[in-house]
Amino acid sequence: MINIQIQKQLDGPEGPMLLDLNLQVPMGQLITLYGPSGAGKTTTLKILSGLMQAETGKIMVADSTWLDTSEKICLKPQDREIGYVFQDYALFPNMSVRQNLKFAQPKDKDSGIVQELIQIMELENIQDRKPDTLSGGQQQRVALARALVQQPKILLLDEPLSALDLKIRLKLQDYLLQVHRKYGLTTFLISHDIGEIHRLSDWVVVLEEGSVVRQGSPSEIFINQNLSGKFKFKGEVLHIEKNEVVYIVTVLVHNEVVKIIAQESEVKNLGIGDAVIVASKAFNPIIYKVS
Amino acid sequence: MSWEPLILTFKLALVTTLALLTVSIPLSYWLAYSKARIKPIVQTLVSMPLVLPPTVLGFYFLIAFSPNTIFGGWLNEALGIQLVFSFPGLVVASLLYSLPFMVHPIQSGFSGVSNSLREASYLMGKSKLQTLFKVLLPNIKPSLLTGIVLSFAHTVGEFGVVLMIGGNIPGKTKVASIAIYDEVEALNYASANFYSLTLFVITFGILLTVYLINGGHLKKFWK
Repeated sequence: MINIQIQKQLDGPEGPMLLDLNLQVPMGQLITLYGPSGAGKTTTLKILSGLMQAETGKIMVADSTWLDTSEKICLKPQDREIGYVFQDYALFPNMSVRQNLKFAQPKDKDSGIVQELIQIMELENIQDRKPDTLSGGQQQRVALARALVQQPKILLLDEPLSALDLKIRLKLQDYLLQVHRKYGLTTFLISHDIGEIHRLSDWVVVLEEGSVVRQGSPSEIFINQNLSGKFKFKGEVLHIEKNEVVYIVTVLVHNEVVKIIAQESEVKNLGIGDAVIVASKAFNPIIYKVS
Repeated sequence: MSWEPLILTFKLALVTTLALLTVSIPLSYWLAYSKARIKPIVQTLVSMPLVLPPTVLGFYFLIAFSPNTIFGGWLNEALGIQLVFSFPGLVVASLLYSLPFMVHPIQSGFSGVSNSLREASYLMGKSKLQTLFKVLLPNIKPSLLTGIVLSFAHTVGEFGVVLMIGGNIPGKTKVASIAIYDEVEALNYASANFYSLTLFVITFGILLTVYLINGGHLKKFWK
């Protein structure tokens, strides 16, 4: 079990806020932290890794105490055996891909792991190149491989895939799942992508303004709450137009513009810019694969 | 006309630059990353030589290092070091005088390195010292080079401090800048021109090299 109880005063996007967490997660799972930006997700990972200090709190990982402010225990980041993939990847620009991996390798551990990871992550062709000559997806693979060279107990991923396009993202999600299982890691992932969270995580923790507001399996968090078999989307009214006896309301749903036919009674209270819900019931939607 | 003042100038600049580099790396590191309350004061002190007339610095050095004062007397008796009118005195004075020219580029180099690089290195179990030598310094090479060259060139060009603390002893403290002044006063314009032109050409060459290297213009020759 990993037991995290931390409090820290933060400067949130809307003034000061208190990060106050109390989490218990079993080892070996992939846990996603989900929530709006400024909710304290990155801070949580930083405190877990020892790069930031909590004001009060306690972190227990299996049987070892990493942090206990009442006992004045705080394990240095160097001793926590954490692999961290930063949002900006943090690859060392002065070292080649292979040297980056070598640098991360602990002295007392198996030296075959560098070669093994270069193969798993398909880095053979780029192993002698410097990070700044690589594409985003390649850098991401190197960063992930480098975090795993340490053979960490815990892997922390701070939105590592957010900057990549869908195709590469799907491929990297496969890598991630593969290594997560192969090395028996406990992984914390920060992600905003619900599809990604569904594919990867065992457990989702939803953070808002420094507190846990919900937690559960991905389907409990994202599906069950409005599972009713009908279509329901939030949107914004762009335009209302009278056409003969009906009204045509143009609504922006995500990035799509849709036109909806409405009765006079329905548009009576609607104005341009209003937030609305577009819902439909009693018909079967058709599903297509887009490739 | 002799090469002696020129050789002395470059010897002083070389010794000063090497000593400065050793002092400035830890100092800049501290200035870049520390959150201590006295940091603004240290920062101000480091930058003071930029705005103070060199004669002010030289004057206080002269007072402090004089064997008649407590500090100067102690240096003289306990350690046998005489800093007034001597080469070691010039080095100490130049160290402080050129300090900002070394510290500022290195400090901004450190600040420019993304925090996540340091953090990543710590999480790989590397100590702060290992991180400094393996990650930070190799990634701020242009700043190091700028610092080295600026403080070298600045030491070559100093006049006031050297004159105050070192005087004008041939072979010991008479550097090129003072020799030029000396020759002009004696109306030996040919000698003054010789020293001046040599300094001009050498410093031009040094600065040009830095801009070529930092601008990446020389890369094609060694790649």
